[in-house]
Amino acid sequence: MRGWGLRFLHGVARRLPKALVYFVAIVLSFWVLAPLYVITLAAFSSGDDVYDYPKQLLPKDLSTGTIRFFLDFPGMTDAFWRSVIVAALTLALSLGIGTPAGYALARFAFRGADTVRLSVVATRAFPIVILSIPLAVIFIRWGIDDSVQGVAIAHTALALPFVVLTTASVFAGVPAELEEAAMTLGCSRASAFARVALPLALPGLAASAIFVFIISWNEVFAASLLTLQNRTLPAAVLSTLEGAPLNFRFAGGFFLLAPSVLVILIIRRYLFTMWGRVVR
Amino acid sequence: MSTVAQPATLGRRLRRWEGLPYALILPTVAYLGLFFAWPMVQAFELAFHVDGTWTVAPFRTMYHDVNFHQALTFTLLLVAVIVPIQFVLALGMALIVNAKIRGRGLFLAIFILPLAISDLAAGLVWQSILTERGYLNTVLEKIGLIDQEYIWLDPTKSNHLLVAVVVSELWRSTAFVMVIFLAGLQGIPHEYTEAAEVFGAGFFQRVRQVILPLLKPSIQVALLFRIIFAFEAFAVIIAITGRAKTTLATEAWRWQAESFDSHVAAAYSSLILILSLLFAGVVVWLLRTPREQMLR
Repeated sequence: MRGWGLRFLHGVARRLPKALVYFVAIVLSFWVLAPLYVITLAAFSSGDDVYDYPKQLLPKDLSTGTIRFFLDFPGMTDAFWRSVIVAALTLALSLGIGTPAGYALARFAFRGADTVRLSVVATRAFPIVILSIPLAVIFIRWGIDDSVQGVAIAHTALALPFVVLTTASVFAGVPAELEEAAMTLGCSRASAFARVALPLALPGLAASAIFVFIISWNEVFAASLLTLQNRTLPAAVLSTLEGAPLNFRFAGGFFLLAPSVLVILIIRRYLFTMWGRVVR
Repeated sequence: MSTVAQPATLGRRLRRWEGLPYALILPTVAYLGLFFAWPMVQAFELAFHVDGTWTVAPFRTMYHDVNFHQALTFTLLLVAVIVPIQFVLALGMALIVNAKIRGRGLFLAIFILPLAISDLAAGLVWQSILTERGYLNTVLEKIGLIDQEYIWLDPTKSNHLLVAVVVSELWRSTAFVMVIFLAGLQGIPHEYTEAAEVFGAGFFQRVRQVILPLLKPSIQVALLFRIIFAFEAFAVIIAITGRAKTTLATEAWRWQAESFDSHVAAAYSSLILILSLLFAGVVVWLLRTPREQMLR
């Protein structure tokens, strides 16, 4: 009897650390998920509920009233589409310019490669904040202040280093031997790239592209300094915040956040392929 | 491979062309030169060059501005509070996902959800929780801890606002640090920690004496970026505190967007650059690997 009891206690003691790990993991999951749940609930409650107190904690009486209030707010739908255009322009520009550089860093051992890689990493150390102010001055001189092109140019400057490093890491994951084999079998350098390397790299490149979209979608400091009338969505939300009613804030928060969460769910599998080399 | 009597087609010449990698990186270098390096130089010129003369006047205006000391101390406080707490939180998350437990894939999926959320969105989320008629008060009242709404975001209470901003930033940006830590942890062979366990090292001993030293490069990278980003705290401040609190970045923004004085705005942003690189540099230097260890 005594031996059995001891064995039981030993079992508990051995399992305790694992139970503790699960406990901490569940608490941390709650900490991450609860705010996401709450903002979704707030965004889909009806207009009057937003001011209700105490708040509903369960999804009863869902309505699109709050979301509609946000979208009907003067200028918000325009700002939404402007954000989409800026993000698309940023994506096209930064991938068009950055992917070749990423490929070069992954495939060729050339003099200066390390310098290029290091300076691209180093750009991340310089705050976005310092870039926006001179750009605002320069864009006025060039006549592209308060325009989607201007914001896209600034966002490309932010996204480009990210694109170069992530595409380099994606291409590094595609064996160079495959391209060489294609070339021995008669492919030209360009067609070996287009028909062998590119299809294999496509999922990783798509993940990188989606992330660039979000970088631009989220960016608010430069966007609000470079525009006045033609604001992007975050810039429009920011400039309307002061004195804005609660339902505007809740729906605004949800609208800004929803794409970012969706994107992470979609590209989760490629995050580490993308980041693997960047962080080392 | 024989190249005898092959006509030098464009493709073939391209294959052997030594300049190809340089041609591929040229657009990137040109773009970053034009829209990154040059504006950076311009920023310093804006800060030190007013009406045709070199001067420190913008910095003097900045220093004597009523908001300057509050902005500087609040920014430094944010960095000092957020970065260490985030370090522990991210390390915990990374260790959980890296442990051999069932459901770790699910935990990873949950922990990285906030990775791409902007600080503006996060600020608005936490406002819905912390506002007077918000969700935190609802929960506290339901479980009977309070009997009337507590004002969490009291604009006159500096500490309340600091905590609110810290919580919002921790919630949003810990995923970034965790991803870096996890990538580092996965490079540490399980045999190392298992060996330590066999020799009787407890959990905290294993973390301190095996995992942390091997994780140092990842820790350096994560701290470097997080310190730099923390110095740029901007939209979250406006979303949560309105105008009750300012940081160096909100001040730079206001001088540019509301006072139309690019010179003082550039002075503020130069200060952000200098301070963030200084602090990040000190941390990386403190965590440097001593030479005798590098000989391993």
